Amino acid sequence: MLSIETYIIVSVIKTVIALFVLLTAVAYCVWLERKVVGHIQNRWGPTRVGPFGLLQPLADGMKFLFKEDLTPPHVYKPLYIAAPMLAVVFALTSIAVIPIGNWVTIGGVHTPLQITDVNIGLLVILGVTSLGVYGVALAGWSSNSKYSLLGGLRASAQMVSYEVSLGLSLIGVLIMAGSFSLREIVDAQGGTFWGFIPRWNLFHGQIVAFFIYLMAAYAETNRVPFDLPEAETELVAGYHTEYSAMKFAMFFMAEYANMITVACLASVLFLGGWKGLPFGPAWLQDLPVFWFVLKVFVFLFIYIWVRGTLPRFRYDQLMAFGWKFLLPLAIANLVITALIVAVRA
Amino acid sequence: MVPLSYYLVLSGILFACGVLGFLIKRNIITIFMSIELMLNGVNLSFVAFAAQWHALSGQVFVFFVMVVAAAESAVGLAIIIAVYRTRQTLNVDQINLLKL
Amino acid sequence: MQPVATTFFFYFLSAVTVISGIAVITRRNPVHSALALIVALLGQAGLYLMLYAPFVAGVQIILYAGGIMVLFLFVIMLVNIERAQKEEQFNKQWIVGIVAALALGVLFVLVYMKGKGLFPQTVAQLPEGENTQGIAMLLYRDYMFAFEIASLLLLVAIIGAVVMAKKRI
Repeated sequence: MLSIETYIIVSVIKTVIALFVLLTAVAYCVWLERKVVGHIQNRWGPTRVGPFGLLQPLADGMKFLFKEDLTPPHVYKPLYIAAPMLAVVFALTSIAVIPIGNWVTIGGVHTPLQITDVNIGLLVILGVTSLGVYGVALAGWSSNSKYSLLGGLRASAQMVSYEVSLGLSLIGVLIMAGSFSLREIVDAQGGTFWGFIPRWNLFHGQIVAFFIYLMAAYAETNRVPFDLPEAETELVAGYHTEYSAMKFAMFFMAEYANMITVACLASVLFLGGWKGLPFGPAWLQDLPVFWFVLKVFVFLFIYIWVRGTLPRFRYDQLMAFGWKFLLPLAIANLVITALIVAVRA
Repeated sequence: MVPLSYYLVLSGILFACGVLGFLIKRNIITIFMSIELMLNGVNLSFVAFAAQWHALSGQVFVFFVMVVAAAESAVGLAIIIAVYRTRQTLNVDQINLLKL
Repeated sequence: MQPVATTFFFYFLSAVTVISGIAVITRRNPVHSALALIVALLGQAGLYLMLYAPFVAGVQIILYAGGIMVLFLFVIMLVNIERAQKEEQFNKQWIVGIVAALALGVLFVLVYMKGKGLFPQTVAQLPEGENTQGIAMLLYRDYMFAFEIASLLLLVAIIGAVVMAKKRI
């Protein structure tokens, strides 16, 4: 047990590192997306700034910083300024409870690779993501423009409806693990089937839940094919039509930070978190953070791949898909999982 | 440690706030929010008593209160939309006819 | 780990809750009221955490702040609030209202003064880890019937809301 002073110092160090890594990851996620979508569409993507365009995020950041920060005269100012901040704060908060590795001992301090392990970890993440809708909704309302308002309304309706399926798809995992703590959920996924298939929830009967989670997560983060809130063909840019410079960049960062959070959550809940493949040399099996990062990267790659491939839904199709297909499927998955666990016990 | 009675006074203040808003406001949406405030005042005292007497039943009651609040706000907001569609106002003093 | 600075956090969270509670009933703009109510709910979630009810706190944030209040904001966006803002905010019963609310507040304080001796001065600690399991046991075993009725109530509310808000069924 650490003393309170050490605990605070260790927590601050971990928070700073996590924020730094997360923000860098957000910047390079944008680079990755432009590069991958470019190659999917037979283009090169960014190539000019640095080798392979690797310094492009830096250039983008400079550009966002030095652009003029316009505030249109017709907006409702306090909320117009607060909305992007809310969006980015809620997007960055949920990283706090995500475990990226096992316990480590550095300089006599024994600590988990996670900012804090709370016993309602999953509820915290669900709560914070459900608060994330306010950034979008308030941006739409306070901009005082038709396009923004429609975008904000669409976004809040969409996020509230898909949150139900998202939450229900996670309950199967909770039943298997018997805990809300993300660390315990990962620990429950140790071991293998027949020596070579890892006992991750994905291979442990939760494959339907994984796909429900995947689709609901795309809708929650307002990504293609569910990017109706910012459908540029009908709504200019949706809820961030009136935003420019750094305020726009904040929405951008929030979107990508949300993507990363969702990817982290997917790898923790369905892909065994930091646990590596069950075969191969021992040092490879427990490389501390490598496996976690690899899983997150794969998930993000699928995200971008989908964006490069699929067209956008129509709004009524989106609502019908969420309420009439995903929700019943999630409930059926939950009932079947509960039955199997109850029969086994 | 904070004694239980402080929590009770706090929940009382919240409840009184809700009652005040419910009695004096004219905007029907704000009246609804005052009801939520009252329900939350009650919830706080439930949880405080649960912590005091080590009885989780108090926390379970909070869930039932929340269910009622959710049902109430869903139906209530639907009524607000219906009223606004027919009367074009949210002022409860002007919504004084049983039929159009 | 022992809780740290409970008194400070209690006063901080109760100040946040009470101030935003007052803002809910005094602001002219319903959007401001809704935002103040969200802040009050979040402050209250913090108080639940201090009372060793982490699951209730989580549900409070997800259900109240993330669900019900989004619904409120949604409806506020759908209706035209420009006119509501310019109208008189308080109705003619404001004297009666204030008297009634004050009487209620005084009643609560009186009960607190009378009942002070009834409660021990310290809030004892609950085992935090089994909170969720304990609630699940109570909810699905002892309060099974109430739980079913609550689900029925929600079903009725869903149908009612659809019937009420839809123009043509």
